[in-house]
Amino acid sequence: MEILVCVKRVPDAAENEIVVEGGALRADDLVYSVNEWDNYAVEEAIQIVEREGGSVTVVTVGDGDSEEVLRREMAMGANQGLLLSDPAFAGADGLGLATILAAAVRKGTYDLVLTGALADDGAAQVGGMLAALLDWPFASLVNSIEVKGGLLRVGREIEGGTQEVSEIDLPCVLSIQTGINEPRYVGLRGIRKVASVELPVLDAAALGVAPPPARVRRVDYFVPPAGAGADMLTGTTAELAGQLVGLLKAKGGLK
Amino acid sequence: MDNVFAFLAHAGGRLDDSALELLGAARALFPGAAPIALAAGSGASLDAACQEAAASFAEVWKFDQEALAYPNAELLRPLLARVLPPGAIVLLPHSTLGMDLGPGLSVKLGAAYLPDVVDGAAAAGTTLEAVRQEFGGQVSSHVACDLSAGAVVTLRSGAFKADASRSAAGRVVDRSAEAAGLTARRRFLERVQAEAGDIDITREEVLVSVGRGIGDKENIALVEELAEAMGAALCCSRPIVDAKWLEKPRQVGTSGQTVKPKVYLALGISGSFQHLGGIKGNPFLVAVNKNPKAPIFQAASVGIVADLLELVPELTERIRKG
Repeated sequence: MEILVCVKRVPDAAENEIVVEGGALRADDLVYSVNEWDNYAVEEAIQIVEREGGSVTVVTVGDGDSEEVLRREMAMGANQGLLLSDPAFAGADGLGLATILAAAVRKGTYDLVLTGALADDGAAQVGGMLAALLDWPFASLVNSIEVKGGLLRVGREIEGGTQEVSEIDLPCVLSIQTGINEPRYVGLRGIRKVASVELPVLDAAALGVAPPPARVRRVDYFVPPAGAGADMLTGTTAELAGQLVGLLKAKGGLK
Repeated sequence: MDNVFAFLAHAGGRLDDSALELLGAARALFPGAAPIALAAGSGASLDAACQEAAASFAEVWKFDQEALAYPNAELLRPLLARVLPPGAIVLLPHSTLGMDLGPGLSVKLGAAYLPDVVDGAAAAGTTLEAVRQEFGGQVSSHVACDLSAGAVVTLRSGAFKADASRSAAGRVVDRSAEAAGLTARRRFLERVQAEAGDIDITREEVLVSVGRGIGDKENIALVEELAEAMGAALCCSRPIVDAKWLEKPRQVGTSGQTVKPKVYLALGISGSFQHLGGIKGNPFLVAVNKNPKAPIFQAASVGIVADLLELVPELTERIRKG
């Protein structure tokens, strides 16, 4: 099975507080990493190839800095990386990214394309758009994959802890939900091993593509106004614990 | 404006709560529009949903085919691309179905895609300005969407008020013939319920809930001790289940369990809408988080900016001492 996994370099919101200044994210505060959902997609691709044979290619649209996420996923076990980079790609919206990625898919012979179900700074759209552009079937929020002959049996996570099970023809695009597997640890040795591997870079001319003008654009960032607002407690740890015990008692929180 | 459509989710002959929220959103964002409802399904269950919809929408397009009995986006996408006029504005719930259907539908319609809208102002000319959230709700953004070639817009549950006026006395237009001959390369097989665990958190009155802020698996023991001292049940947010530190039946959220406790102690939980969506009944919500800007503080009754690893042992000890 030849699998392409689309990954993205994003500001890491789990580890860092995101600060807004003048309608933009304060850049010097941002630490970047691989989008969390994409790690699960790469792990799933590696596991499928370990069982079924084939290879895993990771691809991203971005500038030179995005190389680091490709190398990280290669250190994890992806066989090769592919950087799609061109000044003309800057400012692409979801459809623009899907258009660039579709061109890369057409250049290869992939059976399966995986994306993360969403990105922290994204809108859960690229996978579905990519499938539509390729005219391949699609399933979102996938949390189980079983290869069965020439097709896949996939589970989608739907509301209330329920799983929807379908069979889907190949080639197809799947967006991967967190929790489908346990992404493997990437050690320093693995990162060193791929540090000097040359990564092919494809630009707009090589891909034969120009992303369409964005029809949805972000005007600004802002911090949402606090709602009714919580009653904020302050004090030392001991004082806080004391106040909290009192409140929990009063509200029936202690039995 | 006669090109605004609302796709209605329904099950068992009843409209989903999202249906009237889409109507409310259509009237807020496109005040001059007469939104048309789209309802796909099969048999008596679909008929009942269409009748219910006609009490609120002036026009309901009904698509009745056996293949549509289960809402499979791989069938609904080509159907909608087939029947919608150029420039259509389609409102969908930002549910797991909407997320499955929306992005590809926008491509097939040649329309813009504006997902997961939480607020917005009435469209001005061909531009709709809306509010979205990013980074798990830590930050919001204004986005401008060009409507000139139509748009697919998904709306977050609860973001827009349901329009319950029910004064339409609308008509149901049977367009089932146009849904004939649909085939899908993804075929629905079955639905599987999550395994029941040894605990039913949906029945508990006091919940201690733990999130990513717990840091390490070893620290779970700290919150277990607190829950035990309080006589509460332990539950968690999604990352804890993903990491397999606690089992799935303990997960609160839209993709987990819906709980209705009296008291909810949220420890190290940022408060994404997926998590908050699983907490009903307006409990006394105490949030403890290191990040003073965590979205959970907007939903909390009482907030504490602190490291839970320091606060929790102290709290447990005090409760034990009585």
